[in-house]
Amino acid sequence: MSAPLFRKVVAIAAAAGVAGLSLTACSTKSDDDGSSSSGGKVTITVDCQPVASQKELLANWNADVDAFQKANPNIEIKSVSVGTQCNNPPDFTARLQGGTTTDVFYGYMTDLQQVLDSGQVMDITQYVNSSTVPTWDSVDAGAKATFTDGGKVYGIPTKNYSMGLVYNKNLFQQAGLDVKNPPKTWAEVREAAKKISALGNGIAGYSEYSAGNTGGWHFTAELYSLGGQMVTEDGKKADFNNAMGKQVLQTLKDMRFTDNSVGAKQLLQWPDLLTNAGAGKVGMFVGAPDATTAIVTQFQGKYQDWAMGPMPGQDGPAKATLGGGEGYFFKKGLSKEQVEAGLKWLAFQKLTPGKGQFDYVRAKPQNNPVGLPQPQLFTVGSDAYKQELEQRKANANVTVDDFAIFENNPVPVKVEPPNAQAVYAVLDAAMSAVLTDSKANVDQLLKTAEDKVNQVLATGGTGS
Amino acid sequence: MATTIAPGAPAEVTASRPLGRRPGRRKRRLQSNLTGYAFLLGAVVCFAVFSWYPMVRGIVMSFQRTRRGETTWVGWDNYERIVNDPSFWTAWKNTFYFTALALVLGYAVPFFVAILLNEFRHAKGYLRILVYLPVMLPPASALFLFKYYAYDPSDAGLFNAVLKFFHLPTSEWMQSTTMTMPAMVIASTWMNMGAAVLIYLAALQNIPGELYEAAEMDGAGIWRRIWNVTIPQTKLILSLMAMLQIVATMQLFIEPLILANGAGTQDSATSVAYLIYQHGFFQNDLNGAAALGVIMLVVLAGFSFVYVRLTSRRDET
Repeated sequence: MSAPLFRKVVAIAAAAGVAGLSLTACSTKSDDDGSSSSGGKVTITVDCQPVASQKELLANWNADVDAFQKANPNIEIKSVSVGTQCNNPPDFTARLQGGTTTDVFYGYMTDLQQVLDSGQVMDITQYVNSSTVPTWDSVDAGAKATFTDGGKVYGIPTKNYSMGLVYNKNLFQQAGLDVKNPPKTWAEVREAAKKISALGNGIAGYSEYSAGNTGGWHFTAELYSLGGQMVTEDGKKADFNNAMGKQVLQTLKDMRFTDNSVGAKQLLQWPDLLTNAGAGKVGMFVGAPDATTAIVTQFQGKYQDWAMGPMPGQDGPAKATLGGGEGYFFKKGLSKEQVEAGLKWLAFQKLTPGKGQFDYVRAKPQNNPVGLPQPQLFTVGSDAYKQELEQRKANANVTVDDFAIFENNPVPVKVEPPNAQAVYAVLDAAMSAVLTDSKANVDQLLKTAEDKVNQVLATGGTGS
Repeated sequence: MATTIAPGAPAEVTASRPLGRRPGRRKRRLQSNLTGYAFLLGAVVCFAVFSWYPMVRGIVMSFQRTRRGETTWVGWDNYERIVNDPSFWTAWKNTFYFTALALVLGYAVPFFVAILLNEFRHAKGYLRILVYLPVMLPPASALFLFKYYAYDPSDAGLFNAVLKFFHLPTSEWMQSTTMTMPAMVIASTWMNMGAAVLIYLAALQNIPGELYEAAEMDGAGIWRRIWNVTIPQTKLILSLMAMLQIVATMQLFIEPLILANGAGTQDSATSVAYLIYQHGFFQNDLNGAAALGVIMLVVLAGFSFVYVRLTSRRDET
């Protein structure tokens, strides 16, 4: 072969290689993700497998898969990890829009609208009943409703929570506060925060979000606690520019600039606040029981430091609190056998007392909390609830009493407003203003936010 | 046979040729350019798949709406909605402000650093590496350094500690609506300066030394030499870098995302690209995000068009 010809052949081969690689890079499908029911064996892919760094959780998951497959030799579970936070919203949206979700995929209760709009979800109404999911009748009706639209079931709830006041017992003790008697009103929160922040050393008595839409999220929870609502009943107008909305912002502003009890560093998001909490720099914050799990498993905190009370209110218990949760959806186009296999897996791993996430005997010696009032999945008084509660108490590795005040004083749960993320984004500006600007005009902030939310609701384009 | 040649027409057009010769020539030309085409193929495929297709798809999506898996054509609805977004004008205002500040700081500083480096007689290589080092740092890491160490609003922050040492007033940095943008520009300039400095240095080294000698003999000082020799001699690269700088800074995204956790204090960091991200990935509104992307494309294309017209006119004169 002549030298020029050889060069051309090499160049063509190299170019073909580049082109091939480019096309391969574009491909989102691989042989591995094929879900099938060939040869009598049903295969399903399921996400939210713990990542390698979560050693115990991963070992538990793999043990569950092995046990399930042994009991159901005709079903193969292919597990997929999607990160420590199974639903990081941008990643979740990308998977959804790219059609690369697993057959049975994890999502938040508030994701239903987005999932429906993507056209990627399957109506599983005809398959869900007490024979496919034995504890189905015990599952909390409110949790089920968040995965239901127009009477059709699109997902299975696996965790249900409501927000309360999470507090650091150590800091409470150091500040001379009663660990067994957390603040019940916002005025008491303010007083306690002053005492805790007086400990110095960069400790915030109370900590609050104000960025990445989490500020608006907490504004909503705090407004609910006073009896307010984000939008009018018909969902067409903003309804927070009133005395209650003003109180939420004014209290935070006073805590920041009059009391100096919420720390100097603001614009906090979820990981920022929990990092500080894990480092023992936060006295109190509004959160759900699983916040303590995150503090321990992801942010190097200790269970014994944390306790939880109900959401504070105006003059007594909160009028309401914000709820949320998670579950699994089923990808459109699955066969009947695959849906049934998926339900069987979820029933085993997520919805059976004593198994999977409720295997408290296994979790007890591990660094996984047993005894927290979560996942609040079963209706109080139902058979599954009684079994779960009994096993939880028998195997508790955290002090159940630390969370008893929260669990024994339930507050009515309200759901997120329509167009929640867009509304939260607007309220972030107000929250960040009162926490960073001593001259912030609360009335003006609320008026501006009201106008903007009305604009969002009027154009009504966005989904969840 | 007589050949008729039309007046003024190129001879080869009208000259008669045996019909079989043309494909042979084409074939030879194809063969001789095969290597070029082969190398082109990879680039074309990459551009087509990762740039052109998404661009066309984005434009199409901006006129559609997907609800319940059903996609319908909605005309200008997405554009109307996005223009009415409460943060739309704030995002444009912030983006233009950042671009303007970056032009003042991020554009001028690397040029003068390059001039300075060019003047050094010793340790040139080490200094270049020193200036280029931040470019090698992943942008996210560099910005986290600024966020947690430089821009800490307490006195423990690096910048505040320095300011306090000189008895100057400290700043809240990212927590101040007025300092958010300058702080982002400072971080961005530090991160990206190295590449620009190297490009300017290359341009500076092409300037004939005699020009400076002549200027010096005419009694020109340092500023006069920069103004009358350096800038005119690097005009082409300066104008090119200006355009690249503006196009890049208009796409401001990672700085607000990391330094300001998104929108920043009272929306002071919301950029157009961040608003696109919000709509696309948080608000279940990919169609609105596509519409805003197209608006941004039109603005940048408009700017590029004006730039090309201005520079070509200047080159003609």
